[in-house]
Amino acid sequence: MALLRLEGVSKSFGALTVTDNVSFAVEPGQALGIIGPNGAGKSTLFNLITGNIAPGAGTIEFDGVDVTRQPPMQRVVAGIGRSFQIPQPFTNLSVYENLLVAAQFGGGRHRDVGGFCMDILDQTGLAKVADNTSGSLSLLQRKRLELARAMATSPKLILLDEIAGGLTEGECVALIQTIKSIHAAGTAIIWIEHVLHALNSVVERLMVLNFGKMLMIGDPAQVMASPEVKEIYLGIDV
Amino acid sequence: MKNTLTKSVAVLLFVGLALVPVLGTRAMVQDLFMVLTLLILALNWNMLAGFAGLVSVGQQAFVGIGAYAMFAAVILWGLDPLVGIAIGGVAAIVLAVPIAFFTFRLNGAYFAIGTWVAAEIVRLSLAQWKALGGGTGTSLPKGTTKDMFGVDLIKDALDMSSSAASDALTYWLALLLAAVTLVSGYVFLRSRMGLGLQAIRDNAEAARSVGVDPIRLKAAVYLLTAFGTGLCGALLFIQITRVTPDAAFDVVDWTAFVIFITVIGGIGTLPGPVVGVIVFYALQRTLADYGTIYLIVLGLIGIAIMLFARKGLWGIFTAKTGIELLLLRHRAPKRS
Repeated sequence: MALLRLEGVSKSFGALTVTDNVSFAVEPGQALGIIGPNGAGKSTLFNLITGNIAPGAGTIEFDGVDVTRQPPMQRVVAGIGRSFQIPQPFTNLSVYENLLVAAQFGGGRHRDVGGFCMDILDQTGLAKVADNTSGSLSLLQRKRLELARAMATSPKLILLDEIAGGLTEGECVALIQTIKSIHAAGTAIIWIEHVLHALNSVVERLMVLNFGKMLMIGDPAQVMASPEVKEIYLGIDV
Repeated sequence: MKNTLTKSVAVLLFVGLALVPVLGTRAMVQDLFMVLTLLILALNWNMLAGFAGLVSVGQQAFVGIGAYAMFAAVILWGLDPLVGIAIGGVAAIVLAVPIAFFTFRLNGAYFAIGTWVAAEIVRLSLAQWKALGGGTGTSLPKGTTKDMFGVDLIKDALDMSSSAASDALTYWLALLLAAVTLVSGYVFLRSRMGLGLQAIRDNAEAARSVGVDPIRLKAAVYLLTAFGTGLCGALLFIQITRVTPDAAFDVVDWTAFVIFITVIGGIGTLPGPVVGVIVFYALQRTLADYGTIYLIVLGLIGIAIMLFARKGLWGIFTAKTGIELLLLRHRAPKRS
């Protein structure tokens, strides 16, 4: 059974259709990449999955339950974790407290919630700054915190929105390692990314969005090789 | 170490205040009673506006309903005023449910106006309650406060008059309620729910995305602070002994002054209302003889603080000295 299933999902803002009849499924533990030009509706798709915006049509099923009308909080508890494209830490709270909120309100139940958070901070390389205010973090650390906080909600599916954007090559490599280890632990991933080599080193399937429509979904190599993708996404004439 | 020091000072202060009815004059007891009740109201309003972001200017609804419920308990049902205090608190929670139902649909300034309108509606409705004197109000029957549970005990133990003993009793209740409100506020903010509130205050969208339900948490705070405000209202009017709709639902006495106290002390900090109430009392004592000028000065000070020291006097103190009290921080556990 699919972990996440979208069936004919559409969303319009006035005359502008940002998500146009999108259907796809993600199996448990699977990693799906999403690419597409700016304004293709990638982040909107995430907001539909997390419940931050409601679809105009279609259904969204998660873990066998129709969540189309559920508010974001309930979906987090059910197991959908997300990181924001622009990091949104709780700036007056410490790094550790950022995770503590997520661990206490998210989908997991912990006997040792402090230890659970510290494990994630170790894994994401933030243990050293655990007691620092999150407002004082560097960009890389903020991106890591986005990831760590999403992990702390104990998700079955984690949504990553351009988490590698703006990082140096070395930083990017380290981040990929972390994401691979999350994936290896059995968490399903949907990842929106412009840094293609980072994306393709993790995902098993790749989806291309353009003007809100799903253009193609399948094996990353095949998708990247298709003439349509080259033309629309990479702007190459064929 | 620093923590133990803080605790010892707090306990000493509490004991010192508790001894005022024994060692001090009756005027002192009555003055401090008003200070403590304002502190209780300010602690509740600070929790509401400073931590939950619910800027209500209608808290007089809960003071008033608490007072009226207490009067009803005494006059109509023949109960002890102390039982009336508990009924006042419960009545405030019951009233808070429909008020929240309507006002939680509003945000920011609209919420503020909504709570004020709601309080006015309750005031006008209670003015129709003929059994409690309608628009002109009513007084507690003569001797009610002297017959209050515990007054005789205090009178005999401390060898004082009945009215002094009843003053002492209400004073101790106010002190107890203030201490409980402060401590439980601290415990609440350190809890899971309190951490959720701080997350909402920082970034509501991100809070939702980690599973925090802002409406549910804010509603919980709204109901709890209504309870505390209602208890305080009932207690206040035992001391005042006379209730009218205008006095019980006075927006200046029970909300404007309370906002002033919280803002000058430091909104969104736990020690803020304590500092604020001390300053407020000092100003009141110095300026009381100047009539309306007193209110004008209060207003100017409030505006100055809002413009130049948004974290209030406590905020200035913390920034200058580095001393912080009642911190809400959760330290990361140390790894071996």
